[in-house]
Amino acid sequence: MISIKNLSKVFSTKTSDIHAVKNLDLEINSGEIFGVIGYSGAGKSTFIRLINRLEDPTSGQVEINGEDITKLDKNKLRISRQEIGMIFQHFNLLWSRTIRENIAFPLEIAGIPKAERLEKVDELIELVGLAGRENAYPSELSGGQKQRVGIARALANDPKVLLCDEATSALDPETTDSILDLLVDINEKLGLTIILITHEMHVIRKICHRVAVMEEGKVVEQGDVLDVFLHPKKAVTKKFVEQVMGDQTQDDSLEVITSTYTSGKILRLHFVGELTNQALISQVARQLNMEISILQGKVTQTQKGAYGSLVVHIDGTPEEMERAIDYITSTSVRVEVLDSAR
Amino acid sequence: MLDNMQTIVNQWFPNVDLEDLWIATGETFYMTLLSLVGTFILGILLGLLLYLTARGGIWQNKTFNFIVATIVNVFRAIPFIILILLLFPFTDFIVGTIRGPNAALPALIIGSAPFYGRLVEIALREVDKGVIEAAKSMGAKTSTIIFKVLLPESMPALISGITVTAIALIGYTAVAGVIGAGGLGDFAYFYGFTRRDFDVVFVCTVLIVLIVFLFQFIGDTISNKLDKR
Repeated sequence: MISIKNLSKVFSTKTSDIHAVKNLDLEINSGEIFGVIGYSGAGKSTFIRLINRLEDPTSGQVEINGEDITKLDKNKLRISRQEIGMIFQHFNLLWSRTIRENIAFPLEIAGIPKAERLEKVDELIELVGLAGRENAYPSELSGGQKQRVGIARALANDPKVLLCDEATSALDPETTDSILDLLVDINEKLGLTIILITHEMHVIRKICHRVAVMEEGKVVEQGDVLDVFLHPKKAVTKKFVEQVMGDQTQDDSLEVITSTYTSGKILRLHFVGELTNQALISQVARQLNMEISILQGKVTQTQKGAYGSLVVHIDGTPEEMERAIDYITSTSVRVEVLDSAR
Repeated sequence: MLDNMQTIVNQWFPNVDLEDLWIATGETFYMTLLSLVGTFILGILLGLLLYLTARGGIWQNKTFNFIVATIVNVFRAIPFIILILLLFPFTDFIVGTIRGPNAALPALIIGSAPFYGRLVEIALREVDKGVIEAAKSMGAKTSTIIFKVLLPESMPALISGITVTAIALIGYTAVAGVIGAGGLGDFAYFYGFTRRDFDVVFVCTVLIVLIVFLFQFIGDTISNKLDKR
């Protein structure tokens, strides 16, 4: 649906050229939530601005539904932009307009008659959960509410694509989650394609279907969110995964825990995919009549299933323990024996 | 009624003729308000040109920006009293006379519009770049950005700017008065100073100060009312 080919952007200053985006290739499917993650300076902000040409690319193509945005003249670009919604880190609402007037603004730009405008605005206010605040000014709203106005405004002209520029970075964790829920809701209800950039892996984990990792203007890694979480290849990606999961390979506290057990086995259970919902631990305990205690771990949900690991301690006769490990292995959970009884 | 007041006033200020004073005050208001409207329009035009053609602006154009900036700076540098004299031929051509309140208008507007233009430019620069970017992302035309984003979002600053300019203008009208434009400055100079009737000068001064206070009050009130930040 959106296909980006060989896209580059160079900022020329007096002393040097800065390659903000270098030869970027991406395919984004219709109806998906696509995340781009990177540290500040990675070029992700420039990248998202190249999609609706708030920045003009130095070279390359951006095709949206077969239409090459980079080749459009000024007027056609304006019309195209009306079909690409955008929300911003700092919301960028007009303080001089009420919530209703802010949401109506893109409709005024598109030349929609007033009666129709009012109807559409009421619909949008309902959709983003701001009913009753129509006549308030932005300064009277909280950050989360302002972003809701931003979202309603971005959706006013029924866009096919929504660009999110660090849309939750200025919000507290709780508000971030409610805004992310709203984005998922819109994505499902309206079938809208969402492209978002962020530096928070939490955002990618929670709502994205696919992710691309950017570093120094290039996409260094991309794929299904779950895959990237499971097999991060590049150092940057590993760091981002650690943001959410913690560094599981180098955990000192594990040693302390294992040293307190003098018998039994310490296992690390790797969860991948949908199985996490099943009551694996209690099944082992009940069916094999075995003591099993959770020592440490973290399991998290992504849009495409769960991902994480648990460290557990089991104790019993060697045969019993063997059976337990076999049983767990027979599910899709992978078992790693960390420490045997001593 | 007027006769009564005249008697009372004359007990304190023996040389003040209320009817003449009334006419002079009216002329001051007339000159100030009309030139204020002209200054507002011309100043916003200049400010917009300066802002839009500046580096990073929508109509970025170094040469044009330099020309406008130079014109603005030159007219701001000319002392007002000299500007009036320089504009005599122009005024005569446009208004048909170089005396009276109407003859003061071209000089008043040309003298204060460049000053206000700079204030407009500063006000526009304070408009959040993100909001302009948002409007662009919605596919807004430049005219839409000017009339629906830039001007409304900077309106409180535009109003406080025109208030400051209005007060400078009241001062200019008094200067214009000395070379025959009418108004309180004219009245104070010819009826007061030249006749050594200093009570007239005093009353005119008090009235001008009151007019200044009035304009400041109106400007502050409107600016505060518009500001929803």
